[in-house]
Amino acid sequence: MSISQIIDGKRVIVKKPELLAPAGNLEKLKVAVHYGADAVFIGGQEYGLRSNADNFTLEEMAEGVQFAKQYGAKIYVTTNIYAHNENIPGLEDYLRGLESVGVHGIIVADPLIIETARRVAPKLEVHLSTQQSLTNWKAVQFWKEEGLERVVLARETSAEEIREIKEKVDIEIETFIHGAMCIAYSGRCVLSNHMTARDSNRGGCCQSCRWDYDLYKLEGDQALALFDETDDPFAMSPKDLNLIQSIPKMIELGIDSLKIEGRMKSIHYVATVVSVYRKVIDAYCADPDNFVIRKEWLDELDKCANRDTAPAFFEGVPGYKEQMFGTHSKKTTYDFVGLVLDYDKQTGIVTLQQRNFFKPGDEVEFFGPEIENFTQVIEKIWDEEGNELDAARHPLQIVRFKVDREVFPYNMMRKGH
Amino acid sequence: MKKPELLVTPTSVAHIEQLAQAGANAVIIGEQRYGLRLAGEFSRQDVADAMHVARKHGVRVYVAMNALFHNDKVDELSDYVRFLAEQQVDAIVFGDPAVLMTVREVAPHMKLHWNTETTATNWYACNYWGRKGAKRAVLARELNMEEIIDIKHHAEVEIEVQVHGMTCMFQSKRSLIGNYFEYQGKFMEVQQMKYAKGLFLYDKERDNKYPIFEDENGTHIMSPNDICIIDELGDMIDAEIDSFKIDGVLHESDYITEVTKLYRRAIDLCAENREQYEEEKGELLARIEAIQPKHRPLDTGFFFKETVY
Repeated sequence: MSISQIIDGKRVIVKKPELLAPAGNLEKLKVAVHYGADAVFIGGQEYGLRSNADNFTLEEMAEGVQFAKQYGAKIYVTTNIYAHNENIPGLEDYLRGLESVGVHGIIVADPLIIETARRVAPKLEVHLSTQQSLTNWKAVQFWKEEGLERVVLARETSAEEIREIKEKVDIEIETFIHGAMCIAYSGRCVLSNHMTARDSNRGGCCQSCRWDYDLYKLEGDQALALFDETDDPFAMSPKDLNLIQSIPKMIELGIDSLKIEGRMKSIHYVATVVSVYRKVIDAYCADPDNFVIRKEWLDELDKCANRDTAPAFFEGVPGYKEQMFGTHSKKTTYDFVGLVLDYDKQTGIVTLQQRNFFKPGDEVEFFGPEIENFTQVIEKIWDEEGNELDAARHPLQIVRFKVDREVFPYNMMRKGH
Repeated sequence: MKKPELLVTPTSVAHIEQLAQAGANAVIIGEQRYGLRLAGEFSRQDVADAMHVARKHGVRVYVAMNALFHNDKVDELSDYVRFLAEQQVDAIVFGDPAVLMTVREVAPHMKLHWNTETTATNWYACNYWGRKGAKRAVLARELNMEEIIDIKHHAEVEIEVQVHGMTCMFQSKRSLIGNYFEYQGKFMEVQQMKYAKGLFLYDKERDNKYPIFEDENGTHIMSPNDICIIDELGDMIDAEIDSFKIDGVLHESDYITEVTKLYRRAIDLCAENREQYEEEKGELLARIEAIQPKHRPLDTGFFFKETVY
């Protein structure tokens, strides 16, 4: 299938990639879909790699699937642990459950789960997880012959390598475009097991790779420090992945699914990142030959970033500039302060759920898929009963105030600091 | 009673001779272009010479092709597999399915050992790779004794378990040592330190030293302790585990030879005269402790450890 066609004298992209977003709970799933994700990946109660996340019950998955259906979006469930013997009992029932609630597919690393899914839940698509660290076309060919619908490539593959894989093997390819990532080959790191007795390949990763270490060299029995007092310690923390500039190239390569990482991230993060990539993909596909990345999209992404970002392996083997030394996190420049529940066109009054402190006089910004971002200075704030408030102090409190432009449910309000 | 194979990693062709005399039944060799974290670097000529020495002593030779391959090396895999088939090596060790596919194409009778190091964690996966053509599965080192024995009970392939030495905790494609020196602006040191021997990361909180090194396959970080279960072999011998491996990566040849001798004694005793083994095993352990490098404490790995998630 060709990627683009000439329609009415203008080239347009006809093979639009799927935008795949993470969701740690039902609210995040709804936000991701509403903000433009074509598919969402979630974790269940077992067999996934984020044992600390909220994760979905079967009932919540069913609701998520129904919600997504209204938008024509798909739900995938991560079942990508490397299982131990003790994880085998219960697997069949779990997979049957996923199939029964209408989940579209599962993301899997362990052949145990691949073959069990085929046998007991054949309606589930099976996608190979990045935990398999797939780095070459021949290994991709192997998994195609095993009957998998899609493979997620290792984050270590470059654009040129992906091009070759696409040319040689006819299978759906999914790659990461944004978010935190392992600095090791995924699935090939057991630092957590050694340092904290938590099994990294079953969801227990304690992110030991983000810690600082001191580098020494043994000379005989003597350990010589390879750093001075003033040096930053040895670190191997990667900057977060950010391929916004590479999206056009990825679309032209015919990559089938572009994946955002971050099931542990907030709804504000999910909404912001999904909406920016939605805009980039749509704009490029509509008119690839006149496409330019708009500065406002880059600025927008920055509003939810809590780490520096870099393009990593897609654009070549990353060097020291794609790692973080010294301070590992940066402060986000914006707080998420409210979620729009309703808007009264007659009065121009928004009904909003408080998510962080704000007060009259604050300048805030509204954003969402239906609107262009706009800033607003808040005047009077009332509670549900109409009592005037000196501030919106309470989490999840329902408040009302006047806004200058129309807003829609699920639009978000953020505040700079 | 069936004795497990004693499999050791030699540092050179000459070392194979010593290991054979010390009681090794099999060796793993290879080059870092295709294999991961080897105790020695063996060119094609070395492989040919190794075969000669090994045959003389009745030692089996396995060649490591267990790297994670990128497209750039896929085409040359068949040439190397053909070479190994001509040399009649006893098995190829693989992790990447690209190697399995290549062997099917050019040397379908070649024996395969599946070894991804961290992902062989249940019996189903071992048998899966068995159905795809592997004769043996090398278990992840993060399993406990009970899990290992349960896997063996369900296994349709041979089971190999590491009983001694260092294990890999982490492999990155990035040049993490080089990057650290570049970040500090110590450009003169980058090339020199990248491939330096004896580097380790110090973890203050745990007072652990993790060996770290770079090679063609990226950056590797190793366990702070050497596994040693020379005094705990009984259950695995009873379960008829097929192969016990001593991994000598980052150790001196003489140390590896001595450890091989001691495990030879332990396996023979444990299989033939359990009472004597029980009596002598403490002393065997003490003899390993006596030659252990100062910065490498011994422990029992994950054999008796509870892991949560």
